[in-house]
Amino acid sequence: MVPATAIGALLPLLLLVSDFFTGQLGANPLQRAEQQTGVLALSLLLLSLSTTPLRLIAARADLRLLWPARVRKTLGLTGALYAGVHLLIYGLDKGFNPLNFLSDVLKRPYITVGLSALLLLVPLVLTSRKDSVKRLGFERWTRLHRLSYLVAALGVLHFWWSVKKDHTGPVIALMLLLALFGIRLLLQRRTKARERKAAV
Amino acid sequence: MTPTDKPQSPAASPARREFLRQGGLAAAGALVLAGGLTLVSRRPAAARTPALAGAQGLPARVYTGPYDTKEPMSALGDITGYNNYYEFGLDKSDPARNAGTLKTRPWTVQIGGLVRKPQTVDIDTLQSWFPLEDRLYRMRCVEGWSLVIPWMGFPLAALLRRIEPGSGAKYVQFTSLADPAQMPGVQGAVLNWPYTEALRLDEAMNPLTLLAVGLDGKVLPNQNGAPLRLVAPWKYGFKNIKAITHITLTAEQPRTTWSIAAPDEYGFYANVNPAVDHPRWSQASERRIGELSRRPTLPFNGYGEQVAALYSGLDLRRNF
Repeated sequence: MVPATAIGALLPLLLLVSDFFTGQLGANPLQRAEQQTGVLALSLLLLSLSTTPLRLIAARADLRLLWPARVRKTLGLTGALYAGVHLLIYGLDKGFNPLNFLSDVLKRPYITVGLSALLLLVPLVLTSRKDSVKRLGFERWTRLHRLSYLVAALGVLHFWWSVKKDHTGPVIALMLLLALFGIRLLLQRRTKARERKAAV
Repeated sequence: MTPTDKPQSPAASPARREFLRQGGLAAAGALVLAGGLTLVSRRPAAARTPALAGAQGLPARVYTGPYDTKEPMSALGDITGYNNYYEFGLDKSDPARNAGTLKTRPWTVQIGGLVRKPQTVDIDTLQSWFPLEDRLYRMRCVEGWSLVIPWMGFPLAALLRRIEPGSGAKYVQFTSLADPAQMPGVQGAVLNWPYTEALRLDEAMNPLTLLAVGLDGKVLPNQNGAPLRLVAPWKYGFKNIKAITHITLTAEQPRTTWSIAAPDEYGFYANVNPAVDHPRWSQASERRIGELSRRPTLPFNGYGEQVAALYSGLDLRRNF
C-alpha cells in the first residue's frame, strides 16, 4: 500500500523531468515546473489531510477502512518533497541570489507565506519516523501534527496570491480545505456531545 | 499499522489469489493517484503553429532599421505559441489552440470620437493606405518574461495624421472584438469585455508606436492579435491590445481593462520600469523566453532614448 502510494505520488515528478527534457514544459519551462510542483505539493497535502476525515466518516457508516491511515504519511511526505522541489525551482528561477531571495521573502507576502508553510513542514517531516509518536507521546505528536492544517491554509493563501487573474485552482483548494475543516469540527462536536451524554 | 486485513491462509492458492488481488488494487491505486495528480497539475505544452514552424528562430527578413533591436529574434514557435490572450483562454498555449475560430476577414475598424474624418474602414483598405514597415521590437510582459518579435505594420501616427484628431482630443482609445461565438474566453467573466486600452495622444504619435498587421513579413497569426493590434514596445505587453475594432479619440483619460480589474496592480501608463515593482513581484529582471537565467529589465524596456521625454515631470512611481 505504502510503496504504491509513493510510486503514484512520484510518477508526476518523473513525468515533469521527462517533460523538461522533451520541451513539453513549453516556452517558459522553469515557471511551468514551478507552478506544477506547487500544485502537486498542495494537492498531496490536501489528500493527506483528507484521509482521517474519510476514515472517520466511513467508521460512522460502520465501515472500517484501514488504508486511509496507511497512506496518510506517504501522501504528506511526498507533498513535502514537492514543496521542497518547488522552492528549489524557485531558487533556480531567481538565480540563487541570497540577497534577492531575502528581499523577496520580506517584501512579497505570497513568498513569506509560502516559505512559512514550507518551514512549518520541516518539524512534521522530522517527526514522521516510525518511532516518533512513541518518542513524543501520542498527545504531543497529535498536537504538533495539527500544524498540517495551518500548512495547508498557508499553502492555499500562497496559491491565491501568486495567481494573476484566474482563481479557479485556488478556489477549489480553498473549498476542499474548508470542507475538511468543516467535517473535522462536525465530527469533533458529535464526539464531545456523545461523551457528555455518557458522563451524565 | 497492524496488517489485520491480510488473511493468513495456509492454502497456497487462495493466498496467492489474495496477494494478486492486493497487488492489483495497489497498482490501480497508484495509477489513479498519479493520473489524478497529473490531471490537476500538468498543462500540455504550447502547440506550435505549423505554418511558421519551418522558419523557427531564423528571421525571414533583415532587421537593420533605426528602431530595430540588435538582439536576436525569439523563436517563432515561442512568439506564436506563448501568448496572453484571455479571449481565447487563460493558459499561454490556449490562444494558439483556440484562435483558429476567429474570422479576420471581412473586418472593419470604426474610427471616431474627436476626429475630423470619422469613418468605418475595411482592414484591407486601412492597411493599403500606408507602406508596411518591419520592426524588430522587444516585448516585456508584466509577468516578468520577454520576447523579441518581428512585427510588420505601420506607425499609428500615420493613421492619426490621416484621420486628423480634433481640437481637444487628448487620448486614443482602442477596443477589441468581444464575440463569444468566436472567442471562447469571452463567455467567462475573467475580465471586463470588450478589452479596451488607451494611449495619451503624444504616446500614440511617437514613431515607435505601431499598428501591426503582420509577423516577420507574413500575415499576423490570430493568436498574436490579427488582423490589427497595437504595439507600444516601451510599455508592458497588456497595453498592446489585439483584434482592434474601434479607435476612438477622447478628451478624458479612458478606463483600461487591466486597471479596472486590479487598479493597484496595473496602471494606465504601464511603462516598463525596473524600479517600480508590481505589488506582488519584482520588475527588476525578466526571463527572455528561451533562456534559463534572468536578465535585468531596462527602463522603458530599453526605449528610453525615444520615449523618456514624454514623461518629464511625471511621477512614474505614482503613475505606474
